[in-house]
Amino acid sequence: MKTIPVETTINGDSAEFLCHADESLLDVLRDRLGLTGAKEGCGTGDCGACSVMLNGRVVCSCLVLGVEAQGAEIETIEGMANGETLHPLQRVFIEEAALQCGVCTPGILVAAKALLEKNPDPTDTEVRYWLAGNLCRCTGYDKIIKAVQIAAAEMRGA
Amino acid sequence: MAFDVKAERKFKVVGTRVARPDGIDKVTGKAAYGADISAPGMLHGRILRSPHAHARIRAIDVSEAAKLAGVKAIVTGADLAQPEDEAFADVAINCLARDKALYDGHAVAAVAATSKSIAKRAIRLIKVDYEVLPHVTDVDAAMKPDAPVVQEGRALENVPAGMSQNVTTRYQFGHGDLDAGFAKADRIIERSFKTAATHQGYIEPQACLASLGNDGRGEVWCCTQGQYMVRANCAAALGVEESQLRITASEIGGGFGGKTSTFIEPVALALSRKAGKPVKIVMTRDEVFKATGPTISTSMDIRIGMTRDGRITAGRGELRYSGGAYPNETVDMGAQAAFAAYDLEAVETVGWNAMTNRPKEIPYRAPGAPTAIYAVESVVDELCQALGLDPLDVRLLNAARKGTRSSYGPTFNEIGLVATLEAAKAHPHYTAPLGPNQGRGLSCGFWFNFGGNTCVSLNINDDGTVGVVEGNPDIGGSRASISMMAAEELGVPYDKVRTVIADTSSLGFNDITDGSRVTFAVGLATIEAARAAIKEMCGRVAKIWDIDEDAVIWEDGCAKPAGPNAGTHPPMSLAEIAAIASNTGGPIAGHHEVNADGAGVSFGVHLCDTEVDPETGATKILRYTVFQDAGKAVHPDYVEGQMQGGAVQGIGWALNEEYIYGEDGRLQNAGLLDYRVPVASDLPDIETVILEIPNPGHPYGVRGVGETPIVPPLAAIANAVSRAAGVRMTELPMSPPRLLKAMTG
Amino acid sequence: MRYVKPENFEAAARLLRDEDGVSRILAGGTDVLVQLKAEVVEPDLMVDIKHLPGMRDILAEDGGFRIGAAVSGAQMGEHDALKALWPGVVEGVELIGSSQVQSRATMAGNLCTGSPSGDSVPAMVTAGAVARVQGPGGIRDVPVVDIPTGPGKNSLAKGEFITSIFLPARPDRASDAYLRFIPRTEMDIAVSSAAVSLELDGDGVVTAAHVAIGAVAPTVLLVKDAGTALIRSKLEEAAIAGLVAAVEAACNPITDKRGTIEFRTKTAGVLAKRAARIAYSRAGGQA
Repeated sequence: MKTIPVETTINGDSAEFLCHADESLLDVLRDRLGLTGAKEGCGTGDCGACSVMLNGRVVCSCLVLGVEAQGAEIETIEGMANGETLHPLQRVFIEEAALQCGVCTPGILVAAKALLEKNPDPTDTEVRYWLAGNLCRCTGYDKIIKAVQIAAAEMRGA
Repeated sequence: MAFDVKAERKFKVVGTRVARPDGIDKVTGKAAYGADISAPGMLHGRILRSPHAHARIRAIDVSEAAKLAGVKAIVTGADLAQPEDEAFADVAINCLARDKALYDGHAVAAVAATSKSIAKRAIRLIKVDYEVLPHVTDVDAAMKPDAPVVQEGRALENVPAGMSQNVTTRYQFGHGDLDAGFAKADRIIERSFKTAATHQGYIEPQACLASLGNDGRGEVWCCTQGQYMVRANCAAALGVEESQLRITASEIGGGFGGKTSTFIEPVALALSRKAGKPVKIVMTRDEVFKATGPTISTSMDIRIGMTRDGRITAGRGELRYSGGAYPNETVDMGAQAAFAAYDLEAVETVGWNAMTNRPKEIPYRAPGAPTAIYAVESVVDELCQALGLDPLDVRLLNAARKGTRSSYGPTFNEIGLVATLEAAKAHPHYTAPLGPNQGRGLSCGFWFNFGGNTCVSLNINDDGTVGVVEGNPDIGGSRASISMMAAEELGVPYDKVRTVIADTSSLGFNDITDGSRVTFAVGLATIEAARAAIKEMCGRVAKIWDIDEDAVIWEDGCAKPAGPNAGTHPPMSLAEIAAIASNTGGPIAGHHEVNADGAGVSFGVHLCDTEVDPETGATKILRYTVFQDAGKAVHPDYVEGQMQGGAVQGIGWALNEEYIYGEDGRLQNAGLLDYRVPVASDLPDIETVILEIPNPGHPYGVRGVGETPIVPPLAAIANAVSRAAGVRMTELPMSPPRLLKAMTG
Repeated sequence: MRYVKPENFEAAARLLRDEDGVSRILAGGTDVLVQLKAEVVEPDLMVDIKHLPGMRDILAEDGGFRIGAAVSGAQMGEHDALKALWPGVVEGVELIGSSQVQSRATMAGNLCTGSPSGDSVPAMVTAGAVARVQGPGGIRDVPVVDIPTGPGKNSLAKGEFITSIFLPARPDRASDAYLRFIPRTEMDIAVSSAAVSLELDGDGVVTAAHVAIGAVAPTVLLVKDAGTALIRSKLEEAAIAGLVAAVEAACNPITDKRGTIEFRTKTAGVLAKRAARIAYSRAGGQA
């Protein structure tokens, strides 16, 4: 199988890569671009650990082909902080102990940021349902939901 | 080492909520987990697995696969050593089968190739000649004399003659006169229970990058709960010396016991040795379900007698566990834990293990206890219902206390069960009103907690910061807690201490991160190492001040004269002492090696409110509160996190998680779609109440907390459902089809 | 595998028709990439159709809406007028997968995948939705109920693909609802499901009723008798009982890792009853 050249934008920077037609965007990010923040927890869209933004919407990168990145705007966890300034969600997650092993955290942060951009003042139930596709096995979700709400309040106030 | 009475002191760092050292790396995606690194020239490994639950492997033909361009090495079980030690041999055979495939998913061959897709194609070209054998996946069926035999000659001597060869072990615990005890009871209830196997469900599949030369020297990067365990297993499986292998633990994306053994590292090393290149293997999710280490599946009988005012007079349990296709001792712990919460005159538990054609069980958070305690707590609850007694009062009446002779032998020291029960009783959750189709349940829970082999090295850096080197992968925030204990002991701010986890070449042996041992044992060793460093620093200062060593004390992070007789000397801070270390004798360090004992047991009580939809059997968790004794909560956020996380795993176990096997002995739900772990919208907030009854065996009173919280939810939910739906569920999970059937008959 | 973004509909249809090997269409990809990963299918050709004209559009048409085949569940959920007209259809689509899956999954794809438990299908069927099919020879309209033919199978010929789905206009005092049973609260495949679409007269009496059930047979079932049971009623006990009995009688499920025959049959009836009440209330009926 020949590789296909793809031009795309990742975290605001132009990027180019070659990939096979059957490689997922997740494979490309991790294996070809060195962006290992997105994780493969299942490869079937059931865990959300591979979440990235594709043209302004949160997706499972394991369910997107690498070639579909052509001309698209992709945002990954690596682009969430601004230099050394963490995004409020990132900072609050640390402060509120909303992560334990941390492997689900990149996916949850990307998904939570997408939620707050769409709905800056969600109820706990709305947060829980939005994040239903992001499995966490360590925390029982409690501190994650609280952290999202604390960050949301701060982002509304700021 | 004993609880430090002077630690009735006011803690300055321990007990506060500091930021964890790996936080920024983890929220920015920088942290490197098992699958996140690569090496130049690395090959990709892929494993071929048996599609049969039980089969003799007559021949493996790799010739077609070897011809495929890009394939650099192929290995089978013959490429691994045959360790003499049974435990190591079982691990090696589990990594690559020898003469038999013992379960659907058992590894039979592996390939290393220049790309993932070539490796994938190559394993499909390997031809395995299987002779399919009859299989058995149910524990009770496996114990029948005519059951298909999974492995021959594995039974221990105490297994009675005439039983199936699948029965490998028998345990018995207890004391007192059962018959007399039951005779005193006003009510006796006897129930049988069955539980399906579950999986730890860590979000990060196993992954490793391994390199092994012909000279027997090798390196492995892997996600693991124990780099020393990996080293030992790999050395045995590859026939090389342990010291020649350097194992580095990556950040770990969840373990819960499921990464306390090796599944792929020996295979990657064997491939690497053959190919002369590093080999990376990453398990797929379905491989994780099929071929790592799920829990035991169980069949249990419990019989308990109670007087009309709630006193348990006798309890008997028979636990039949299957730990998959190998001998397994988890039923030992289940049998010990089953009645541990109670002060009983007459108690007996008998535990059996039987092999089945299922993957090799390894621990999952309090292994053996959740199912056993689910059964016991269900029967206790049913007795309360039958006798019209308050379930909390009955627990309080029978609770184990200091001085109780436990059901498994030892006499309890200070324990926190009564405190947690009283806290539950006083909590508003216990008396909150309930609506239609709603019910409240509770359960006690218990875990032994362990100490174990531990090494810590503590270095005073010349800039006045402190480096702690320990050997236990951080699965719950332990680096922060270790740093806190070092900071506390040394009297320096938390942010002056950095704790790192060593590879196997950089520190002495450490037992795996399990048994809720790290905050306890590594903490204890850290405190001792800090004290050793303090002694060294005081010695240096004594020389400077020209006074006796014992005239120098350590207080608030400084060396000070012990009293006016020692002379007038301004205190010297750690930083000041460190700055001149090379003039006073050289670099300053402390270290400690120990096989720690004195771990304190941790009791918990969970309260749960459920609502059951009478037309569908769907169960909603309305409210959940966890009460647990932490001894001393070093970092309260992380203690809460353990309580919440463990509780939710237990909720999943109770409601929906199960290994589903078909008639063909194959696993039907090897994915996260149909292996149903709780999602965020399934749950309410999990409220936590931490009790602190100090453990006399630790200088700060620490008890392990990680495992106890998974134990109570199974019965708490079964008991709540019993009151919400009017049916008692004796089979787990209590999935809606089972619950609806029980309700509608 | 070759990946192609054809220039126009005709080119896409010809490509698909002429492919000798295995071909697949890529819309949202949330089913086909799972199949790729599981090695259930190894396409020689993957035809991406999302960029074609109108595929991502929701357009008002004849009082209803024409929904492009690449429109995601998320887009549909953000379209207030569509939600107001066909709430049951939209809620069915919105139940597919997670937020991440919603960003990509399409009702056309869900329909063509042919899963008996596809969440978008029952309500599309009760809505009388019509699929517009592009083929090498041109365009034809097919009622959505005629697309699935069995588990994993659809009635499209080689070279055909859906370009849009039309949801018709409906009178005032009409609405629909979709419910599914899953063991958790999200992320599961439906164990049983039901959609009900109702029209009421000025007195709240049902004048038209369509009931479809999912995950209880090889394809979604439009249960005529169940709809008939509701007509001329205000959803009184007898009408509901008739509905439930008709639904249970029509069920033809299997026992598998997700549910038993009894459980599926029982809950399909329960869901049909509950969906009927929701649709009735949405349509302005007072129970």
